[in-house]
Amino acid sequence: MDLQTMTYLVVGLSFAIYIGIAFWARAKTTGDFYVAGKGVHPVSNGMATAADWMSAASFISMAGLIAFNGYGASVFLMGWTGGYVLLAMLLAPYLRKFGKYTVPEFIGDRYYSRTARIVAVICLILASITYVIGQMKGIGVAFSRFLETSYEMGLYIGMGVVFIYAVMGGMKGITYTQIAQYVILIFAYTVPAVFISLSLTGVALPQLGLGADMSGTSMSMLDKLDLVVGELGFKEYSTQVMGSKLNMFVYTMSLMIGTAGLPHVIMRFFTVPKVKDARATAGWALVFIAILYTTAPAVGAMARLNLMETIQVGEVGTVEGNLAYDDRPQWFKNWETTGLLQFEDKNGDGRIQYYNDKDETFAAKAESYGWKGNEMVKVDRDIMVLANPEIAKLPNWVIALVVAGGLAAALSTAAGLLLAIASSISHDLLKGVFMPSISEKAELLAGRIAMAAAIAMAGYFGLHPPDFAAGTVAIAFGLAAASIFPALMMGIFNKRANRAGAIWGMIAGISVTMLYVFQHKGIMFVPGTDFLGDMGANWFFGISPNAFGAVGAVVNFAVAIIVSKLTSPPPEHIQHLVEDIRVPAGAGAATGH
Amino acid sequence: MSERASYWKANIRLVTGCLIVWFIVSFGFGIILAEPLNNISLGGYKLGFWFAQQGSIYTFVFLIFFYAWRMNKLDRKFNVHED
Repeated sequence: MDLQTMTYLVVGLSFAIYIGIAFWARAKTTGDFYVAGKGVHPVSNGMATAADWMSAASFISMAGLIAFNGYGASVFLMGWTGGYVLLAMLLAPYLRKFGKYTVPEFIGDRYYSRTARIVAVICLILASITYVIGQMKGIGVAFSRFLETSYEMGLYIGMGVVFIYAVMGGMKGITYTQIAQYVILIFAYTVPAVFISLSLTGVALPQLGLGADMSGTSMSMLDKLDLVVGELGFKEYSTQVMGSKLNMFVYTMSLMIGTAGLPHVIMRFFTVPKVKDARATAGWALVFIAILYTTAPAVGAMARLNLMETIQVGEVGTVEGNLAYDDRPQWFKNWETTGLLQFEDKNGDGRIQYYNDKDETFAAKAESYGWKGNEMVKVDRDIMVLANPEIAKLPNWVIALVVAGGLAAALSTAAGLLLAIASSISHDLLKGVFMPSISEKAELLAGRIAMAAAIAMAGYFGLHPPDFAAGTVAIAFGLAAASIFPALMMGIFNKRANRAGAIWGMIAGISVTMLYVFQHKGIMFVPGTDFLGDMGANWFFGISPNAFGAVGAVVNFAVAIIVSKLTSPPPEHIQHLVEDIRVPAGAGAATGH
Repeated sequence: MSERASYWKANIRLVTGCLIVWFIVSFGFGIILAEPLNNISLGGYKLGFWFAQQGSIYTFVFLIFFYAWRMNKLDRKFNVHED
């Protein structure tokens, strides 16, 4: 069977499974099966949380960034896992004890203020929309490859599918569908990794394969990679930093605290049966996430090695050392169709020279070979995971499976976020603040309109995403880190934190972060609207805009503490509320989905 | 000191301990001390690189379960558990 048919078949089959399970679980729900989230074991809940959490950024984009940034990309690996430690210890159990439905609801109650609730909603919407833009990029890449069309066309089709998927809604709220999505996603991610690890090193487990010797040699896989990229002027894989050490530190911190501030993950902890389960669920979620996250470094490194060796077939500097363009493999042609991979024969020799022309020493050497610049003018990082099994010449069913897995990851998270946006607008803003008497039907309709608007907006910005999928998502984490996390944490750990402190803290934190991001990337990421262009990139201690959320969080904490000190303490009943959420005893039944 | 206050104090102590480990394995070993650690190798891995891309993640998983286990014990000791 040819690849295209196989892909349709596997993607179709995976969707049939999700819909089938949704249908089966729904039938049971009516039979009092699912009341108040009872009966969902922390292991199942953790798995569903993991599916919800791992998006196009984790599945499609991250390993590609690892492939090209090597050690520098560790910020994503540590940032997106370490955040669960903060979530488990600083927020989840207490928010569960509090027992309401949304994050702004907690902020509104704890800070006894509708204004605080509205500010929280706005912060959440900004972070979530940015997050969805990142997903759209991933979805566009997956669909353009899957349907063999341009990235733009893939994006438009993807927008339509996401809309249908999210509006069907019910499918999403059901834990068992997400468990199925997790199983497909993790299977799709690890199978090619095992195949490639076996063929390169003879070790099946990718986590060990990455540290093993290359088959038939005594050179380790990572040393080999350092050598191969070094020969073409690229930075040493295992030591190259992202920006600077300080930038990596701040970047990691930003992703960690952003993880603990994003609504769609926190919401899951509101619905576990007990406080005790909130702690265990965080642990299990991280176990299931760690399976992918510890595999990703191997996927990235091995994809890079295979890519380099596909193009640089022989010794550097010899004519035959470079692959002739006419001999390029099928995957190369497929990705050229999408426009995400581009070759330009700069020296007109009909062969592909792929090297780092920014490295001056090597560029001089390359000139003596008759090379006239790097000819792989575009290698979009986000194609690496999807292209990886093709580059490694794995069987068609594996390639098809990876497409299905990527779509599962992107769609489940996009849908989850869209639901979070919809509930913020319809539940927190309309029903909670502006129109308390709104009917349930109108609330639902408002939610759907909000969802459609969010998709249209995210799709529009997805045409010119500010960064690769994972980079865009990182900005979303920065926004959440700078606004929501400090307000939540102080709400629990600092009894003195009051209304004015929280409001000004959130406003200061998110403003500082947005100013820095937009100054670099344009207002709402529209190209050409970046301002203060003459200040130089990353002018604040070399910190990149993607990493700036941690700085915003520090500003938020500082402003909140100072303002709280200068204004009157929270009323008596709020102090009791804080004391009450600190102990598990007396937790009410979980809020229903 | 009231029961609840000592429960909260024990909780803070536990969380602080866990977060120190959290910080050391990721920011410490994975970033700040990565270069000196890279001189040590773990299989084919440089140690600093291993902490940044593997070791810290394993430690995080362990930390959460350790925390959950100790917290559940604290809940019972101070009689603030559910049910």
